[in-house]
Amino acid sequence: MKSLLSLLAMVLLASTALAIDADEPLEDPELQARYEKLIEEIRCLKCQNATIKDSPAFLATDLRKEIKRMLVEGYTDDQILDFMVERYGDFALYSPRARGKTLVVWIVPAVFLLLGGLFLANIVRRRMKMPIHDEPDSGS
Amino acid sequence: MWKYFIPLIIFGLVFVVLRSGMNDIMEGKNVNELPSPLIGRAAPEFELPSLNNPENTIGTADFAGKPAVLNVWATWCVGCRQEHGFLMELSQSGTVPVYGLNWKDTLPEAQQFIAQLGDPYIDSAFDGSGRVGIDWGVYGAPETFLIGPDGTVLEKHLGPMSWGIWQEKFAPYLAPAGANP
Repeated sequence: MKSLLSLLAMVLLASTALAIDADEPLEDPELQARYEKLIEEIRCLKCQNATIKDSPAFLATDLRKEIKRMLVEGYTDDQILDFMVERYGDFALYSPRARGKTLVVWIVPAVFLLLGGLFLANIVRRRMKMPIHDEPDSGS
Repeated sequence: MWKYFIPLIIFGLVFVVLRSGMNDIMEGKNVNELPSPLIGRAAPEFELPSLNNPENTIGTADFAGKPAVLNVWATWCVGCRQEHGFLMELSQSGTVPVYGLNWKDTLPEAQQFIAQLGDPYIDSAFDGSGRVGIDWGVYGAPETFLIGPDGTVLEKHLGPMSWGIWQEKFAPYLAPAGANP
């Protein structure tokens, strides 16, 4: 039991050690919740494959600070995301806005899913028409 | 018979698509460079302490009405040392006024940098907090902007500048009217 408890304590402590954002949380828990969602949505342009939540780069730190300030000042989530896109471009968001050039990344997967579905349906339909043999397929 | 070639054709198409995505890497371009949403838009206004006379300010108002280069630099930035020679030459050539934005730095360190290596800038704006850098979408020094006489951002380059990059990306904008860039 004791070893289990110490294991639990280790796991819990490890997660706090991993958090890069060491700043004080916002006083309003509702704002803090929105803040935590936003920083997972915005890319750190300095490191490009990390969100500003996960990046220790000073740019990410500055952007987190900026987001906190905007939240306290009453900006909406959309306004904050727009603020980022206006400055750093569509790449700044992990889910880019579906407009203009970025429409491609939303449409292409759907097209491939549709094509794959049609392909699969075609195979299934053909196989359903095949007679059922007990012996191995003779290779028609 | 022809249906046996379908996988080969699909492979070929995938290859072409993926290979075209690699073009920039093969040509040795900086793949971290992102298109700046600022290009074609009005330069974000700022007014900051001057690096050379911190009691004075310098800002976008200082280069209104003329084309200007704004170079984002810092003493901790290796690429900035690399391009320093070019900036000195550009500034001496008198082609275009060169301004600096000293980004995420300390005043004494930045002043020392300029004193040791020479000052290519008419003046540098001191942005120690990086707040103006955010407005300009700066994410990695050095970055160099070309601003038109009407205050629109014409071009941006990420990474060290050189005469080659200047000729290719920036010079065409400054060609006299009538001469096609």
